[in-house]
Amino acid sequence: MRRIRAFGLFWWDFVVGDDWRSAAGVVIAIGATAVLVAGGVDAWWLMPAAVTAVLWLSLRRAAVA
Amino acid sequence: MTAGFLIASAFLASAVEFVEALTIVLAAGITRGWRSALAGLGAATLTLAVIVAALGPALTLIPIDVLRLVVGALLLAFGLQWLRKAILRASGYKALHDEAEIFAREQAEARAAGHEERAGLDWYGFTLAFKGVLLEGLEVAFIVITFGSTQGRIGLAALGAGIALVLVAVIGVLVRGPLTRVPENALKFSVGVMLTTFGIFWSTEGAGAHWPGDDASLPGVLAFVVLLSFSAVVTLRRRRVAFA
Repeated sequence: MRRIRAFGLFWWDFVVGDDWRSAAGVVIAIGATAVLVAGGVDAWWLMPAAVTAVLWLSLRRAAVA
Repeated sequence: MTAGFLIASAFLASAVEFVEALTIVLAAGITRGWRSALAGLGAATLTLAVIVAALGPALTLIPIDVLRLVVGALLLAFGLQWLRKAILRASGYKALHDEAEIFAREQAEARAAGHEERAGLDWYGFTLAFKGVLLEGLEVAFIVITFGSTQGRIGLAALGAGIALVLVAVIGVLVRGPLTRVPENALKFSVGVMLTTFGIFWSTEGAGAHWPGDDASLPGVLAFVVLLSFSAVVTLRRRRVAFA
């Protein structure tokens, strides 16, 4: 059990790192793009806008800390 | 994506990781003996080869849109970590990555560790080299598999990583020390930009949207991420000066 937990934690740290909010922002943005596409909107512009917001918020948190 | 661009991307990302792995292997070899360090290096390389050989072909069985969605999301989360750290380093909010300092620290820790022999090897030296190469190499494997699989060209991505491995190994043998002259922070910044660019591109396609001009829009996404990153560096530097 401990090894499974350590394995999970390793991959969490590997992909998500120390700012889980950025990873959550990415998932939400991809979901929103898929929803807009399903509604007939070719939302290619959403990810660049979302990445700008996610990165900026993450940097602001790091700079203030 | 052209073959040259794919090879160059895998090469750059891998070179950064191999420089870090070399520092750890050197520290293990010099302080604990080369036999154990090289055995650790060999065991980790073999493990990584098995991971790439097993996962690479398995990923080609997944439908390309699903693969691009998952890979795009992973690359974007992963790439944003790199980019964030690179921007914080470039703007002075985080200490620059220093191979000489890391080498000295690894050596001090290796000297302080007790001696335990297993299978005829100095166990600390073996595990230090094994873990170091495996962890740095996993990032290379991740990049090779993700970049290669979304293009159906894992061989080309592996070639880029292979060239980086040979180059870093040859220079490492010639220099016999950590590669402190490699502009590692600039390379990390470039890799962060690249991972984020491909992450944006593939996750958007995976979600079902279409880029204007398809693949031709990739340089535009790259330019956007470069502009965004440099704007962030300039803004944070100004902020740092203003609050100093």
